Amino acid sequence: MSSISAILETRALKIGYRSKKNIRNVADNLNLRLMPGQLVCLLGSNGAGKSTLMRTLSGLQPMLGGEVYIDGELLSNLKPTELARKLSVVLTDRIEAGNLTAREVITLGRTPYTGWLGALTDIDHEKISEGIRSGGVEDLLDRHIHQLSDGERQKVMLARALVQDTPLILLDEPTAHLDLPNRVEMMRLLHVLARQTGKAILLSTHELDLALQTADEVWLMSAGGALITGVPEDLVLNGSFEAVFAKSNLFFDRTTGSFHIHTPGENHKFYLEGDEKSVFWTKRALQREGWGISRYRDAACVIASRDNDKGAVWEISLHGKTTQVTSMQALILNLRLLFSDNSGGERLS
Amino acid sequence: MMAAANQNRKWVLPVLGVLAVALFALDVMLGSVKIPFNEVFRIVFSGESENRAWLLIVEKIRLPKATTAILAGCGLSVSGLQMQTLFRNPLAGPSELGITAGAGLGVASVMLVGGSSASVYAISQLGISGSWLIVAMASLGSALVLALILLIAGRIRDNVILLIVGVMIGTITLSVISIWQYFSQPEQLQEYIMWTFGSLGGVTGYHLYVLAGVVSAGMLLAYISSKSLNALLLGENYARSMGLSIGRTRLVIMASTSLLTGSITAFCGPIGFIGIAIPHITRSLLGTANHRILIPATALTGTVLMLACDIIAQMPGTQTVIPINVVTSLLGAPVVIWIIIQRNNLRSSFS
Repeated sequence: MSSISAILETRALKIGYRSKKNIRNVADNLNLRLMPGQLVCLLGSNGAGKSTLMRTLSGLQPMLGGEVYIDGELLSNLKPTELARKLSVVLTDRIEAGNLTAREVITLGRTPYTGWLGALTDIDHEKISEGIRSGGVEDLLDRHIHQLSDGERQKVMLARALVQDTPLILLDEPTAHLDLPNRVEMMRLLHVLARQTGKAILLSTHELDLALQTADEVWLMSAGGALITGVPEDLVLNGSFEAVFAKSNLFFDRTTGSFHIHTPGENHKFYLEGDEKSVFWTKRALQREGWGISRYRDAACVIASRDNDKGAVWEISLHGKTTQVTSMQALILNLRLLFSDNSGGERLS
Repeated sequence: MMAAANQNRKWVLPVLGVLAVALFALDVMLGSVKIPFNEVFRIVFSGESENRAWLLIVEKIRLPKATTAILAGCGLSVSGLQMQTLFRNPLAGPSELGITAGAGLGVASVMLVGGSSASVYAISQLGISGSWLIVAMASLGSALVLALILLIAGRIRDNVILLIVGVMIGTITLSVISIWQYFSQPEQLQEYIMWTFGSLGGVTGYHLYVLAGVVSAGMLLAYISSKSLNALLLGENYARSMGLSIGRTRLVIMASTSLLTGSITAFCGPIGFIGIAIPHITRSLLGTANHRILIPATALTGTVLMLACDIIAQMPGTQTVIPINVVTSLLGAPVVIWIIIQRNNLRSSFS
């Protein structure tokens, strides 16, 4: 793709904070590009500078060097109203004006387009109902902001950004403070929006799982200020994820793309077989106990799981003996018994 | 810009309008001198009466006073409304953040230092240039304090702390005035102290035109910034992201509040609690935060309550008149207490 089509582009961007005496450099030499219709997730550990980058890109914070182009124009050359027609944001700032209804907040999104008194034209009304529809907030309109839950409020703020009708939307941690169903709903909505409306959406998040599932591209920011970009699967396979979130006691499973609290056990004594679902959960349970899973069927202990009409059944085969259990709890208890009083050589993990 | 306030609150504005007219009429009719109602009507509408004293009282005292009450009520409450939005603080108001004290400093500088133009027995004796001077100085004083508070507000996000800072700045300003008073002549002092009681009665003739002009200008500026004020409701970052230039917006709002507070304080003395209480009353009456509705509605509520305060201050049926500042404080302070009790999360909540 040529550089003309990028909706957001940075060249040698340097971000950080400048106070009277010193300059604190957060990240340097950032060359980023964001295309229309793309959903990009900015990931990084706490303090890596995600918010600084988001604030700099949205023009809320001065950059230390380099250039930011929005829709082909230099960010610094854009007047506030021009910028507001190209870029809208959803911030983590709390909305304190509780007396406003959701409809009023969403309507405020038209601010860059209305005249000096803020009177709405037919086009404005059309854009507002469009934003309300694609943001999925029809049911919230007449409620006051302080009556909304965090998830509902976040959706209202997103609808407001949609009403602002910009080709680029920046969201700073839109899933923070949301419970899991709401987080999934939010990410799904953003994914659909990027695809359907052709808007470029950049969001910072801590949700690795969801980001890996929904993002067209991931920007990985490490604490040193380096930023790696790429398709999420590439970054998983080439080990970038592990490098950025490298921490002791944390294990990144490249097969599933998720982090584990438990490092894999060293002694691979178990082999699991059976249907995919029960194998997955059995593996989780064994990993929690610190027991290693073998890839080969010649392991000391084979656990076969079966899902029949009455529920799940596990068959433990050890040294030719077979035991059947019907719950994960019983399975773990059995395994503990089997291995704890064994001779020293048979100790686990 | 925003959809109209709650549909079922539509009766509020007309009722306020009728109340304003009724109270204005009542304010003109009542006073320490008993004048028959029909006679007052005749004087107001035809401008003539057999009794020259009555004519004088109605035309030169009561009508200007009622008009001043309207101007002060509108101006102070709208300036309070703007401050509450600008500082995102439910307890912001002209007197609470020390803005009135700043205006007082301006007035004191004219009265206590100004020499001949300041040998004021009352502001009514100020010359034409003097009245402009005192308005200019008072507005300048307010703007100075406002700018200082804004500067500090940029660093402090806590509503209560900002309020304490405002009170402190007010105290500093008043201390400066006290030092000034200490070195001033007794007769100059008396004038200044009389001024601090607050009075709607001293504004007549040319001064009334000056006050009306400046207040209208301030109200116009306020109405012009209603769109910006609406955007500011979401906070400065959101306002900026929606294309608002914060610097210019602040300047316009500051100009408006300084003009309103400065001119009214210069002519009527410091009048407390109107600025903080009226916006809250209006918001809860209308159930909206949209400034395009709130600004005119607040002005109307301010008018109604200021006229009511003035009627109470005259203590109908007696010869006594109590200072207007006392009445507004007695009525306004409980409202502020009510606001504090209503929100347990005052530190961050707003409007």
